[in-house]
Amino acid sequence: MKTDAKMLKQPSFSKISTQSLGDRTSFVVLMLPFMILFTLFTVVPVLASIILSLFDYDMVSTPIWSGLDNYLRMFTGDKVFPIVLKNTLVLAVITGPIGYALAFILAWCISEFGPILRTFLAFLFYAPALAGNAYLVWSVLFTGDSNGTVNSLLLSFGLISDPIIWFKDAAYNFTIIVIVQLWMSMGVSFLANVAGVQNVSHEMYEAGAIDGIRNRWQELWYITLPSMKSILLFSAVMQIQAAFSIGAVITVLAGYPTVNNSLDTIVTYLTDIGTMRYEFGYAAAISVVLFALMALFRVIIGSLLNLLGK
Amino acid sequence: MEMKVKSHGRVSKRSQYKRYTRSRAGNVLFFTFLTLFGLFSVLPLFYCVITSLKPLEELLIVPPRFTVSRPTLQNFTELPGLLASLRVPLSRYIFNSVFIALVSTILHIICSAAAAFTFSKSKLKARTLLFTIVQMALLYNAYTLAIPQYLIFSKTGIIDTYWVYILPAIPSAMGCFLMKQYIDSAVPDALLEAARIDGAGIMRIFIQIVMPLVKPAWLTLFLFSFRDMWSIVPSGTIFSEQLKTLPQVMTSIAAGGIARTGSSMAASVILMLPPIIVFWLTQSNVMETMSSSGIKE
Repeated sequence: MKTDAKMLKQPSFSKISTQSLGDRTSFVVLMLPFMILFTLFTVVPVLASIILSLFDYDMVSTPIWSGLDNYLRMFTGDKVFPIVLKNTLVLAVITGPIGYALAFILAWCISEFGPILRTFLAFLFYAPALAGNAYLVWSVLFTGDSNGTVNSLLLSFGLISDPIIWFKDAAYNFTIIVIVQLWMSMGVSFLANVAGVQNVSHEMYEAGAIDGIRNRWQELWYITLPSMKSILLFSAVMQIQAAFSIGAVITVLAGYPTVNNSLDTIVTYLTDIGTMRYEFGYAAAISVVLFALMALFRVIIGSLLNLLGK
Repeated sequence: MEMKVKSHGRVSKRSQYKRYTRSRAGNVLFFTFLTLFGLFSVLPLFYCVITSLKPLEELLIVPPRFTVSRPTLQNFTELPGLLASLRVPLSRYIFNSVFIALVSTILHIICSAAAAFTFSKSKLKARTLLFTIVQMALLYNAYTLAIPQYLIFSKTGIIDTYWVYILPAIPSAMGCFLMKQYIDSAVPDALLEAARIDGAGIMRIFIQIVMPLVKPAWLTLFLFSFRDMWSIVPSGTIFSEQLKTLPQVMTSIAAGGIARTGSSMAASVILMLPPIIVFWLTQSNVMETMSSSGIKE
């Protein structure tokens, strides 16, 4: 299908050749509904956060200019923020790269199979991300009393004498959330990888074999990875997005606030400050830090990917 | 028929070549890894389904079993009764979820496709800049934007209405991005040129030529958007009981302790089925669309 489309594309035709004023108006009209809503719900929120972060604002009284006070407060006046920042970074640095690598490795492994088995395996790995709120099953597995599946098993084997309150115990709750997050992380990026590995042309592999590639690891490094650079970047963006917005899963499984803030992340903390305490200026400043962090990681990974196959 | 023969030829060519780059040790490694991760992926879901079929006596067995000896649908049939105290019938939550998921998904597909067509095929000067902004927005989702969006919701007065679900879901950057990349790869300029010579206007080209050609892309957007909207649980934007969605009430069932475990898992099973069905109906189109999803820099 794809190659057919490419063959039809001839260099002499660039876009729709003559575009009158009427055509341009039609194009603008087509774009408008999306762009208006996109501006309202994505662009304005980001810009508004930057501006609001310089004010004290509670949604009722007039905003009061406060300069960089909100940013200073994060690092000097607020005992909780450094903890949630650390939690967010640790969770992201663990689940992000592992999820990213797994999404590629699994896609690469299943590409060896025929179409039916491949689709079935892709479904198995994608299912946890697909299945809505099925992560609730982890709360059944790790219920804190002796009725919880894991506690009950450990008790009957005599491995523990009292049930472990998994999500209230700072020694375990972090690990469990990492596991649940990884379990759910084979999402859109995984599907992109499956399609991407499949799409590397066979001529490339054959040419590679003639050029002296003798095993699949060389094939991976010299052919598969470099030809998938753009998919890998898309996949990275998706994984960064997921790794930095771990929040709903934590609130549902472990609650908010968690014991000693051991599992509170920027996202759950933000929700608390914004929707419970109405300190919007401060919440905006925290969002700006979150946006900046994500953008920073996006740039770092973009430049790392440029080194592939070199 | 021709396509089949073609792809068959491809497969045999590939396996011929495979012979000398595939070591047995590597195959064993691959197989072990896939099996382990496959089990990790599936067992919790399997346990969820099993638990939903257990009668109460079996739920209370210590230690819990990973099989069910006398499966029953009791947990499913009990659900409407459990929600009776909320004064809103279960059917209302189902209606809300279906309505919100379908309306926002359809509007999302139409608006994204229209914008993506402009980004891909128009000569407007602003299109590159605007598309770059959309592409940058791929990084941010509803969770990271929650607080600033909350301010917009309250200023526009859509809090506690259906709009607070639907409107923010329409301009999802990912849908527009995937659609644009697919139009780039699947809609040849020459075809639009030919339609142009036949006298078709831009609107007609979009509706009659582009939309049918990019069916794989809109089915893909359907899957992703439906999945997201079907499991949506709004935080602090919906207060009226009659506007709540299915996953929202299902989460409250889960809070009922051991006796509710079966019902809570039954609710999860009901919630996971529609996205799974949509996936199986759309999967080949999704794979085709995702192969053009790369970000070129």
